[in-house]
Amino acid sequence: MSIWEFANPVRFMRLSGRLLPWFTGLTVLTLLPALYWGFFLTPDDARQGATVKIIYVHVPTAFLAINIYFMMFVTSLIWLIRRHHVSALAAKAAAPIGAVMTLIALITGAVWGQPMWGTWWVWDPRLTSFLIMFIFYIGYIALWAAIDEADKAADLTSILCMIGSVFAIVSRYAVNFWNQGLHQGTSAPLLRPGEETQVSAVFWQPLMLSIAGFFMLFLVLLLLRTRTEIRKRRITALRAREA
Amino acid sequence: MLPDLGKYAVPVLAAYASMFVLLGGLILISFKRGKDSKKTLARLEEKRKKNV
Repeated sequence: MSIWEFANPVRFMRLSGRLLPWFTGLTVLTLLPALYWGFFLTPDDARQGATVKIIYVHVPTAFLAINIYFMMFVTSLIWLIRRHHVSALAAKAAAPIGAVMTLIALITGAVWGQPMWGTWWVWDPRLTSFLIMFIFYIGYIALWAAIDEADKAADLTSILCMIGSVFAIVSRYAVNFWNQGLHQGTSAPLLRPGEETQVSAVFWQPLMLSIAGFFMLFLVLLLLRTRTEIRKRRITALRAREA
Repeated sequence: MLPDLGKYAVPVLAAYASMFVLLGGLILISFKRGKDSKKTLARLEEKRKKNV
């Protein structure tokens, strides 16, 4: 079976309908314990005090903010090359989730930064590229809303997405590019043999569970919203036939 | 019972509150729009079947 078979809206609706209850259950089983563990059961950090508890919200949402944009880049590219409607609708469905994740990361970063850095905001490379990425998310959503013709809207938003992906990449690697600014390097590096995590295990374990929980929540919302977009496309077609 | 957050209670609680409000809103809107679209589509499909 080829992955492209799921580009068929009927097959996508059937498969996503089966997956949604399982994914919802997995989200509840990962996200709620992760947040409880992080907030109630982890100790204060020696330097950061209780503000370290913000990590369980800030890092997963920032991680998703960047990766949702990457997912939109891939699905937009699929639309531009192969003209699969489900991929364009999946990108459209993902944008508000990505915008909310970016906004949460910006807000939690500001309220964490104030007591630690003494300021809510600095024009640091990572923070600035994140703000620009948020503006691209808003622009992408607005462009979809502004164009009535669906295929034209998908074409133009895909091009906008490609341009904005530069800032998603910069957001991810800004610290490595410039090696300056207040924002630290990544808090949750992938482990390689012989390397240690930058975060103590007592914080790292609930953080990994929290990232998994937020990722599952993203999958649930993505499937749900893509299904809604497919139904809306069908509603438009039926109404056009009636008229 | 809340853990003792000391002098950082305001930023920590503000971070969690903003997350719950924004994500809660997104989840509610997503489910409501999904439910509404399902209902509308079912009504239109029913109408189409009757007309055929």
